[in-house]
Amino acid sequence: MNTQELKNIASQVRRDIVRMVSAVNSGHPGGSLGCTDFLTVLYFDIMKHNSTNFNMDGVNEDLFFLSNGHISPVWYSVLARSGYFPIADLGTFRKLGSKLQGHPSTDKKLPGIRMASGSLGQGLSCAIGAAETKKLNNDNSIVYTLHGDGELQEGQIWEAAIYAAAKKVDNLIATIDYNGRQIDGDVEDVMSLGNLRSKWEAFGWNVFEMDGHNIEEIRTTLKQAKELTGKGKPSIIIMRTEMGKGVDFMEGSHKWHGVAPNAEQLTIALGQLEETLGDY
Amino acid sequence: MIEFEIFGNKDTRSGFGEGLHELGKNNPNVVALCADLTGSLKMDAFLKDFPERFFQVGIAEANMIGMAAGMTIGGKIPYTGTFANFSTGRVYDQIRQAVAYSNKNVKICASHAGLTLGEDGATHQILEDIGMMKMLPNMAVVVPADFNQTKQATIAIADYEGPVYLRFGRPVMPIFIKPDAKFTLGKADVLIEGSDVTIVACGHLVWKSIEAARILEEKGVNVELINMHTIKPLDTEALLKSLAKTKCVVTAEEHMIAGGLGESVAQVITRNLLVPQEFVAVNDSFGESGTPMELMTKYHIDTPDIVEAALRVIQRKNA
Repeated sequence: MNTQELKNIASQVRRDIVRMVSAVNSGHPGGSLGCTDFLTVLYFDIMKHNSTNFNMDGVNEDLFFLSNGHISPVWYSVLARSGYFPIADLGTFRKLGSKLQGHPSTDKKLPGIRMASGSLGQGLSCAIGAAETKKLNNDNSIVYTLHGDGELQEGQIWEAAIYAAAKKVDNLIATIDYNGRQIDGDVEDVMSLGNLRSKWEAFGWNVFEMDGHNIEEIRTTLKQAKELTGKGKPSIIIMRTEMGKGVDFMEGSHKWHGVAPNAEQLTIALGQLEETLGDY
Repeated sequence: MIEFEIFGNKDTRSGFGEGLHELGKNNPNVVALCADLTGSLKMDAFLKDFPERFFQVGIAEANMIGMAAGMTIGGKIPYTGTFANFSTGRVYDQIRQAVAYSNKNVKICASHAGLTLGEDGATHQILEDIGMMKMLPNMAVVVPADFNQTKQATIAIADYEGPVYLRFGRPVMPIFIKPDAKFTLGKADVLIEGSDVTIVACGHLVWKSIEAARILEEKGVNVELINMHTIKPLDTEALLKSLAKTKCVVTAEEHMIAGGLGESVAQVITRNLLVPQEFVAVNDSFGESGTPMELMTKYHIDTPDIVEAALRVIQRKNA
């Protein structure tokens, strides 16, 4: 898929995100907008996956685990736009009886989701388990994850980091949404992560860095990481992003982490995001 | 005279180890994960013969539970092994989200449960785990009575699709379940039929209840003993059938009163028929260092406690 096509999808996904959260006056637009370009490239250009006939086991498919489950709006939109379920279902987000729970879940059987997430720090372990099963099954497809940067404050992440390097889980590509912001403020102030690159290198991982809003760079970096699979080390991509990317009044602050735009703000936001594929 | 054939003496954890090893031979989808307690959990035989399906995760239980949940994706049946304390309380949130809520086919196998872990003391003697696990939707809770039943249950739960908490222990105890008995999840075993009082027990307290039933028999009391190896889903039918006959019950377990088997039984009683119940369980207290049998005596979960509870509950029934 060419860069312009991916940009068009990303623009529509961003529209979906702000409309979904605004409709129910809840949800997490900031991180969702920040990870839109990454998830668009991952699902539309990188992953080998079957969006029309979802099955839980995903044998011979690449798998994706969203560890920072609160950015469910972007994932739901990308899944729907990929064909996992009807885009009209996006209108049910966070409503009673919906398959699109506030945080991703498996109990309502939403196609595309293999693990509940929301309580932070767990997705890397789950992905490692799935990656180990792929090895047992002689399935050489890849397991991808996405994590928040604030999420790295959870201890379980580092248990998983030790395991993946020690046991050579080399069919795993993790990505960190390095937007530098968390609920209480800047990550640097709340609990600095120090030198993140050095930390992951010291833990024995291949480390990449990329601009999470440059479609070409995302694509190139993911392909480089894919080339290193099967070579004895897990890989992690430190992805620099802007929380709220694409909506000017949401950028540059942690304040839109978990706050939805009101009707007036929604109109302004939609004015900045081109409708490329038709709203749901 | 109440007679039971005894098939030797062994610890229930060894039943788990043998069951797991047998699964290794017969079910290629079974994988095992352990957090640095391979010997204590008796997982050595599985490790020796099926090293490619054994995952040593180090002292990192949260990662182990998350991994086990992930490993089900692609059809594996993961058995995790560590002490009961580190299998539950330490990783409650991981179990809640990735195993129970996500409804993954993970078998959480927990050894050294309760006071009978002994000398290590209260840091390791969990008495709240049944409660924590039974409160989780989708989670089945199994507490087998002896070595043979632990082995049978370990094998049987591989065929049950869904999360299971399997709880067993460290002390060497008599084996009284037949080696060829069939374990059915959710189906209680009526070990002794009687008419004066029902004793409902699980785990090590089933043997203690057999001892109590013999003493009570000498006192002219006719005991019905139910081995309630599955706490959840509880075999309500077997329980109500027995209570209709005896009209009083003693529950016996190596757990807190709060959250335990007795509490599950009490719920059935309050909803169906009001009969008196006595609880043989630990009453809102941590344990301490000591030998397993000393601790059972001190914390009143021993044979004489069951006898006294039975006499008391019969008196209440007749009052």
